[in-house]
Amino acid sequence: MDIEVYGEYKKTAWCPGCGNHDVMKAVRQALAGLDLAPNRVAHVSGIGQAAKAPHYIDLNGFNGLHGRGLPPAQAIKLCNPELTVIAQSGDGCNYGEGGNHFLAAIRRNVDMTLLVHDNQIYGLTKGQASPTTPEGQVTKSQPDGVRNAPFNPIAVAVAMKCSFVARSFSGNTPHLVKMIQLAIQHKGFALVDLFSPCVSFNKVNTFGWYKQRCQELPEDYDPTDWAAAMQVAQEFGERIPIGVIYRNDRPSLDASLPVLQKGPLGRQPVDRDGLRALMQSYT
Amino acid sequence: MSHTGRNIVIGGEAGQGLVTIGQMLTRALIRSGYEVVVSQDYMSRVRGGHNTYSIRVHDAPIAAPAEAMDVLVALNQETVSLHKHELADGGIVILDAGLDPEGTKAVPVPFKDVAPRPIFENVAALGVLGSLLGVDRPTMEGLVRETFGKKGDEVVGQNMKVLDDAWKWAEAHRASCAALPAPRGPKGRMMLHGNEAIALGALAAGVKFCSFYPMTPATSVAQELITKGRKLGVVVEQAEDEIAAINMALGATYAGAKALVPTSGGGFALMTEGVSLAGVMEAPVVIVLAQRPGPATGLPTRTEQADLNLALYAGHGEFPRAILAPATIEDCFHLTHAAFDLTERFQTPVFVLTDQYLSDSYRAVVPFDLDALPPVAEPDFGPGGGPKFKRYKRYELTESGVSPRKVPGFTETLVLADCHEHTEQGNITEDPDLRNAMNDKRLRKGEGLRALCIPPRVSGDARPDLLLVCWGSSEGPVAEAAELLRARGRSVGVMSFTQVWPLDPAQFLPALQAAKEVVCVEGNATGQFARLLRQETGFEVSRTLLRYDGRIFTPNWLAERLS
Ligand SMILES: Cc1ncc(C[n+]2csc(CCOP(=O)(O)OP(=O)(O)O)c2C)c(N)n1
Ligand code: SF4
Repeated sequence: MDIEVYGEYKKTAWCPGCGNHDVMKAVRQALAGLDLAPNRVAHVSGIGQAAKAPHYIDLNGFNGLHGRGLPPAQAIKLCNPELTVIAQSGDGCNYGEGGNHFLAAIRRNVDMTLLVHDNQIYGLTKGQASPTTPEGQVTKSQPDGVRNAPFNPIAVAVAMKCSFVARSFSGNTPHLVKMIQLAIQHKGFALVDLFSPCVSFNKVNTFGWYKQRCQELPEDYDPTDWAAAMQVAQEFGERIPIGVIYRNDRPSLDASLPVLQKGPLGRQPVDRDGLRALMQSYT
Repeated sequence: MSHTGRNIVIGGEAGQGLVTIGQMLTRALIRSGYEVVVSQDYMSRVRGGHNTYSIRVHDAPIAAPAEAMDVLVALNQETVSLHKHELADGGIVILDAGLDPEGTKAVPVPFKDVAPRPIFENVAALGVLGSLLGVDRPTMEGLVRETFGKKGDEVVGQNMKVLDDAWKWAEAHRASCAALPAPRGPKGRMMLHGNEAIALGALAAGVKFCSFYPMTPATSVAQELITKGRKLGVVVEQAEDEIAAINMALGATYAGAKALVPTSGGGFALMTEGVSLAGVMEAPVVIVLAQRPGPATGLPTRTEQADLNLALYAGHGEFPRAILAPATIEDCFHLTHAAFDLTERFQTPVFVLTDQYLSDSYRAVVPFDLDALPPVAEPDFGPGGGPKFKRYKRYELTESGVSPRKVPGFTETLVLADCHEHTEQGNITEDPDLRNAMNDKRLRKGEGLRALCIPPRVSGDARPDLLLVCWGSSEGPVAEAAELLRARGRSVGVMSFTQVWPLDPAQFLPALQAAKEVVCVEGNATGQFARLLRQETGFEVSRTLLRYDGRIFTPNWLAERLS
């Protein structure tokens, strides 16, 4: 598919140099590479800088509330299994406000892809700590340094046997495109936690900081080895592994619902005879 | 006994099987052709506590529960002690021969002899009740056969023997309880409670998705869709919380599937963020709000009508909505069906506002005529409307405020639904003129909703001395209280609202003004509907008659306070 089909890369409300620009370009490349027509994709987001994504790419879009991208995204798939569902949002949106939905989505395992623009800060609200901000980091609203232990999305997702867990970096486009494509092709709930630097509010986790640390997993790494994945998930320091960290073949929820074999729910007519028979059962 | 009907109350601990006895007796009565009003009073616990299952049975139509008990089935001593003062003149207590009747007129049943093991006591109690009340015996036997059929012939046989022994035993005591008058109702009616009727109404309207988080008394709407609706192609998902539930429903309607979320006050409080999203996104969603007393967890299993304001004002910002308040089981069906049409047509949230009493109250209901139902509006699944792979004007500024709603994936046009203020294509905008234009567009849908609003049901004298105004489930008790007062020579009318928002004053203001005295009867402490009436019309009711102890209105309770 020609990349222009997703619209020209227009003016956005993002700062020059923000990692989100690169992510959006990677998303377009990934979709084009998979030959996904824009009308076959439902693109869902929450609130935050990253969450503005549906406004900057020509796809079907559902820009919902802060932390609430995942519930509608899953329902869209459960109502129309023919759509490819992709959710994008920030670390605050998905791991903070939407933390419960994140855990539930892993457990529910609907076939969809979640791209988390992880900049380890709240961008849109101007620089407060996010769940992934490291302990001790000073921000405007945490002047004495963050006291909370950081949330490790990869470790949590692997621990919960999330069906696909990957990490990537906006500064490594080929890798990011590959991860997005593998996530979309995976049948089940797929998480891609991707570092996307916030050049305005996070002066610690900068482009250079990530560039220096992010290292691709070796070719022979086996993502189906859960114990090994748990180990890799703990690595977050001088070296941060990127790549597909864990995956399994648990059947997705939508695939296990017989009613969805008949196609989109919205087009299925009312079964009047069935309803009449049902009323009889109350007599 | 003063009236031809009977009020049969089964009391005991949770877990003693009173619901089983109650349901089987209710079904037998309906199958025989009686009218019933069931009210269930239970505590928030799975075992123990004190619960009652009340069946008011009559040969003529009734619409309210009764207070005085004609037959009290006491499954434990506490039931006798708690309710002996509520027995009607001539009322009897049926209890185990080992319990103390405490001076009541009692029928002590030797359950130990009649039922070989305690698990048979339910059927033994049914046999005694059936015989004393004069229920059609083959009907009762048929029910026992159906109920235990799955467990095999042996179990059926044992239960039939218990039924037979109990029946025979009771025949000897027939003198102690006058039998019911002959039934007059049609055969083939359903035994349905409010939440079941809501689920059926939703199915008839084409509901395809239900997301819920369990909360009494709303849960059984979802449960019904799970156990009975699955065959009809409904996906029901138990969400991680109510916030997820409503956001899922909005995703579902975006994908073109009609969606329902059932909840109660505390759960709905969490959903208000999503209600606001539905408002700006112009997403259809039907919310069933089954009220129970608050604040917070309040009285979890009892009834109240105190969430009208919550439903009216839930969600930040300004956007239109409709609130339907069923009074009867038939209303539960038809108004839920109508709610789907309204929400699809106006693309804004619509509420079905009920309460625990109606949720759990069984009645005899003639099967609904599906062919007579009006059509339900649909989104546009068809082609056209926008350039290929570009966004069409999802939020086109129209005179009615309603924009054509397309569904993603069915055409080559892209659909963008957005939570911000947006352009006609759905993109974020900060333009002040466009903001006003969009806000005005959304609010214009309110006029359309108002034009379709359901007028209140008015009965009794046209220019009465006393006009009783009520909404939702209070209608039955209020109408019967009005009859009681009329029988005492008073001029009484009833005005019952089944749609509480929006209101069209032209439909009812003249009638309000024509009455000498207007009393608003509500199940809350502050007269929320009376205030709403004043806000919308300037009309001030003469007084309010309010109940907020968690108990249901009964005709006698009302008549006493209106005398
Ligand atoms: C319910 C709610 N709470 C708070 C906000 C304010 N808010 C908007 S974006 C945001 C944080 C965004 O952070 P993140 O998800 O990390 O995204 P980023 O902006 O960094 O891309 C917050 C708190 C909101 N819009 N809604
Ligand atoms: S504030 Fe940060 S996250 Fe937001 S656009 Fe600017 S750089 Fe990107």
